[in-house]
Amino acid sequence: MIPELGHFALILAALVSLILGTLPMIGAHTNRQAWIAVARPAATALAMLVTFSFACLTQAFVANDFSVVYVAQHSNSLLPIEYRVAGVWGGHEGSLLLWILMLTWWAFLVAVFSRELPDTMVARVLATLGLVGFGFLLFILLTSNPFERLLPGAAEGRDLNPLLQDPGLVIHPPLLYMGYVGFSVAYAFAIAALLSGKLDAAWARWSRPWTMAAWIFLTLGIAMGSWWAYYELGWGGWWFWDPVENASFMPWLIGTALIHSLAVTEKRGSFKNWTVLLAISAFSLSLLGTFLVRSGVLTSVHAFATDPRRGIFILIFLVAVIGASLTLFAARAPKVGLGGRFGLISRESLLLTNNVLLVVACATVLLGTLYPLLIDALGVGKISVGPPYFNAVFVPVMSPILFLMGVGPFARWKEASIPEIAKAVKWALAVGVIVAIALPLLYGQWYAMTALGIFFATWIVVTALLNFIERVQHTRAGRGFLATAASQPRSFVGMHLAHIGVAVFVVGVTMVGSYQDEKDVKMAPGESVDVAGYHFTFNGVKAVEGPNYVAAQGDFDLAVNGQFVRKMNPEKRNYHSSAMPMTEASIDAGLLRDVYVSLGEPIDRDKPEGEWAVRVYYKPFVDWIWGGCVLMSVGGLIAMLDRRYRVKARAAANLPAGTQEA
Amino acid sequence: MNRYYWILGAFAALVALLAVGLNLNPREVPSPLVGKPAPAFTLAQLAEPDKTLSPKDMQGKVWLFNVWSSWCVSCRQEHPVLVEFSKKVDVPLIGLNYKEVRGDGGFDMGKMSAEDEKKLAWERANSWLSQHGNPYKLTVMDLDGRVGIDYGVYGVPETYVIDKAGIIRMKHTGPITPEILSKKIMPLLAELNK
Amino acid sequence: MKTRHKKLALIGGALAIIGIIAALVLNALNSNIALYITPTEVAAGKAPQGKLFRIGGLVKEGSIQRQADGVTISFVITDTAKDIPVAYKGILPDLFKEGKGAVAQGKLDGAGTFVATEVLAKHDENYMPPEAAKAVSDAQAGMSANQHVSPSSAEAAKTGN
Repeated sequence: MIPELGHFALILAALVSLILGTLPMIGAHTNRQAWIAVARPAATALAMLVTFSFACLTQAFVANDFSVVYVAQHSNSLLPIEYRVAGVWGGHEGSLLLWILMLTWWAFLVAVFSRELPDTMVARVLATLGLVGFGFLLFILLTSNPFERLLPGAAEGRDLNPLLQDPGLVIHPPLLYMGYVGFSVAYAFAIAALLSGKLDAAWARWSRPWTMAAWIFLTLGIAMGSWWAYYELGWGGWWFWDPVENASFMPWLIGTALIHSLAVTEKRGSFKNWTVLLAISAFSLSLLGTFLVRSGVLTSVHAFATDPRRGIFILIFLVAVIGASLTLFAARAPKVGLGGRFGLISRESLLLTNNVLLVVACATVLLGTLYPLLIDALGVGKISVGPPYFNAVFVPVMSPILFLMGVGPFARWKEASIPEIAKAVKWALAVGVIVAIALPLLYGQWYAMTALGIFFATWIVVTALLNFIERVQHTRAGRGFLATAASQPRSFVGMHLAHIGVAVFVVGVTMVGSYQDEKDVKMAPGESVDVAGYHFTFNGVKAVEGPNYVAAQGDFDLAVNGQFVRKMNPEKRNYHSSAMPMTEASIDAGLLRDVYVSLGEPIDRDKPEGEWAVRVYYKPFVDWIWGGCVLMSVGGLIAMLDRRYRVKARAAANLPAGTQEA
Repeated sequence: MNRYYWILGAFAALVALLAVGLNLNPREVPSPLVGKPAPAFTLAQLAEPDKTLSPKDMQGKVWLFNVWSSWCVSCRQEHPVLVEFSKKVDVPLIGLNYKEVRGDGGFDMGKMSAEDEKKLAWERANSWLSQHGNPYKLTVMDLDGRVGIDYGVYGVPETYVIDKAGIIRMKHTGPITPEILSKKIMPLLAELNK
Repeated sequence: MKTRHKKLALIGGALAIIGIIAALVLNALNSNIALYITPTEVAAGKAPQGKLFRIGGLVKEGSIQRQADGVTISFVITDTAKDIPVAYKGILPDLFKEGKGAVAQGKLDGAGTFVATEVLAKHDENYMPPEAAKAVSDAQAGMSANQHVSPSSAEAAKTGN
C-alpha cells in the first residue's frame, strides 16, 4: 500500500510541477497577479509531495519490502539499517528520485528566501525550476519507476552492491546531487533574467549566494567521492578521470568560473552575457553528466545498468532544456549592454582570463571524456583515454590560474598597473621560489614538477596573507589591527580562505604525486616489509564475521624506527548474496602522511592462513587533498553569508536597470 | 541571425554525437548468433539428472530457450509470463539454468567440491520451480556457465527463439514482458510454425 | 584607436592561449590514448608494436597462475576464438575472476605475451564491460561466419569442464 501511495504522490507531483511550470510563467508574461501568486504555494506543494514519495520508498527499504522490485534488487534483510536507508539511492531509480527531491527542495528554499525579490522574478525562477522538475518526474514515471511491484514478492533481496556499503555512500550522492541540482537555481535565475530582459547587477547579486551554495555542495560532494574511492576501492588512488567523475568535475569547473564572473557582473556590470552563458552551461553540464552516467554511452566503473529508453528520454530532455535556453540566450544576448569598460590590465581582465582558462580546462575534460565516443561513432575503432591525457593537459592549463590567483586580488577594478602589483607581490614571489627550491631538497629528491607545485601553493598563501594585511592597513582608520581584521567583509575573507584551500589541495596533490611509495609483496605470517621507513610485520589472517559478510582479516604491526605504533587490520570481505569480494584497506591517517595496507588474495586459495599478496602504501600529505576541498567550501560558505546579500538586496532591486553600468 | 548562434551549432553537433553514441551501445546488442545454428551442447536435465539434452533433439520443432537462475531477481519478474505462456501455447519451452551456484555470490567456490555444487544446484533449482511454478518442458543445467558463453549470454534472463532447422531466429535480453511476448515472440512463433 | 588596440590585444591573447591549449590537447591525445583491440585482432598481428593498447575478453577458466614472487600473475584472455597470454604484476581487482569479463591495458612483448600495466574487471551477473562483451560477440560473429570452429576455440570451450 505504501509504495502505491509513493507512486501516486509522484504522479501528483508531476501535475503540480506542470502547473508550477506554466501558470506563473504565463502570469509573469501577461502580468496576471493571481497566476503569479501560484508560484510559491505550488513550489511548496511540489516539495512536500516528492518528500512524501521519497519517504515511502525509504519506508519500503527499512521494512524490507521485497515485493518492490527496486528494494529487492538493492537491499537485503541482513543489511544494517543505515545502509538500508542509503540503499534508497544505491541504484538508478532511487538516485533519480533523490535528484528530483533535491530539485524540489531547492525550489522550496527559493520560494521561502525570496521575499525581497520582485514577484514576477520569483514566478519566472520557480516556473523554470518547475519545468525542469516536470521533465525529471516524467522521466521517473515513464522509464524508472522505483515503486514497481514484484509479484509474488521475493523472499530475500539481492543486497546492496558491497562497494556502496560504506558511510561514504550515505553522504556522497546527496552532497553531489545538492551541488549538481543546485546549479539549476543559478540557471533559473539566468533564464528569468533573460526573459525579463533585466540582466542587471541586482540579478547577479541574487544569483550569487545560490550559486555559491550549489558550488559548496558540489565541492564537498566531489571531495567526498574522491575520499571514498581512496579508502574503499583499495587501490590508493584518489582520482581516476573516470567518465562519471568527469561528469561531476565539468560543472564544478564551470561553476567556479561562474562564481568569479558573477562577482564582476555584480560589481561592475560587465560580462553579463558571459555570466548568463556560464549559468546555463553549468546546469547543462549537470544534465549532460546525468545523461552520460545513465544512458550507458560511456564505459565506466560506476555506470548504472542501462536501458536504451532512458538514454533517449534524457537526450530529448537535454535537447529541450539546453536547446531552448541557448536559443533564448542567442536571441536576447545581442541586446544586452556591454557594461563597465575596463583596461587591458585590470581585475576584470584577470578574472576574464581565469574564466577563459577554466572553460578551456572544462573543454579539455569534455573532449577527453567524449573522444572515445567520437572515435567509435566515426567507426575508426574503440579507444580509451586514460589519466595520462588529463594529467598532461591539466597541469599546463591550471598553472596560469594558480599564478593569477595570487595577482588578481591586488589588481584594481577598471585599470590596474603592473608595477604596482609587482611591488605588492614581489616578496611572495621570493618566498615562493625559496620554498619551492628548499622543500623538495629537504624531502630528499628534487623534481621540477614538485618545485612548481610547492611554488604555487606558497605563492597563493603568501599573496593571500599580504593582500589581507594590506587591506586591513588601508581600512584601519585608527582602530587596532585585530579589530579591523575581524571586521573585514565576509566575502573578502571567504575568498582568501577558499584560495588557501586551493593551495592546500595543490600541496597534497604535489606531494603524493612526487613522494608516494607502494609495494606489492607476497607475505607469509611473520614476515615484514619496509616502505618509506615504515616497517610492517604480517602476523597472519583470521576469519571474522560481519552482519552480512564473512571476512579474512589481516593482522599487521606497524613500527617506525623499531618502535611499535599500532595494529592494522585490513580485510577481504565476502558479502552473502553477492558475487563480489571487497577489499577494506586499513589506513593510518596523519597530518603529514597516510600509511595504507590492503590485502590482495591468498597465494594458495586453499590456505588462507598462509601467504598473502599484500599491498602497502606510503602517501605523504594525501589528506591535504580533501582538507583543501573542505577549506574551499568553508571559504565559500563564509563568502555566501556576506551581509550585503541580505541587507542590500531589496535596495538594489529598486534601482532601475542599468544604473550600475555608468 | 547573430554571432551568438554558433553556440547552438556547437550544441547541435554535441547532440548528434550523443545520439549516435546512444545507438552504438544499446543493451540489445544485436546477437551475431541470430540467423546462425544454435550452438551445440549436451547438458544434464533437471528432472532426470541421468538424461541429457542437445539442441539436435529438438530438431523439427520450433522452441524457446530461456536462461534463468534462482538468484536472478528479474527472472522472478518474467516467470509468471512464462507460466502463463506455457499453459496457453503449445510451443516447447526449454530452460537453461545458468550458474545456479556459482553465479550466486554467497558461496565460496574454492571450498566446494563438484559433487556438492551439483547437489546444491539441483536442490535450489527444483525448490525454486516448485515454489514459482514450472513452465518448462524441461530444464538443463549449465553449472559452470560454459554453454551460456557459447550463446553469448550477457545477463540473466535471456530468451532465444529457435526454429525447426535449429537456427536461432531471435534473442531477447532481459525479462520478457507480456508486451514483448504478444508483439514480438508470438507473431514470430506463428510464422515459424506455418 | 586605443580601445581598438586593446581589443586586438585581448583577441590575440585569447587566440594564442587557445592555440597553445589545442596543441597540448592534440599532443596529449596522440600519445596517451589506448586503442582497443580484440584477441582475434592481436592474433592476426593487428596490434601496434611497442605502443600501449587494451584487450578485452573473458579470463579463461583455469588459466590464472601465480609466479614464484607471489605478485606476478599470468592468465589468458580469450574472446572464445583466440587466446592471448597476459602477465601482470600487482594486485588484481576484486572482481577479477576466471570465466568473467576483464580488460587489460599494456603492451605486447617479443614473445607474444601481453604485459599489462593495468587490469580492469567489472562484473555482476547482469553486466559485462561493454568492451569485453564486444570482443566475445565479435569473435562469435567471426566464428559462425566461417562455419567452422577453430582448434583454439574448441579448446577454449572445453577448458571449462
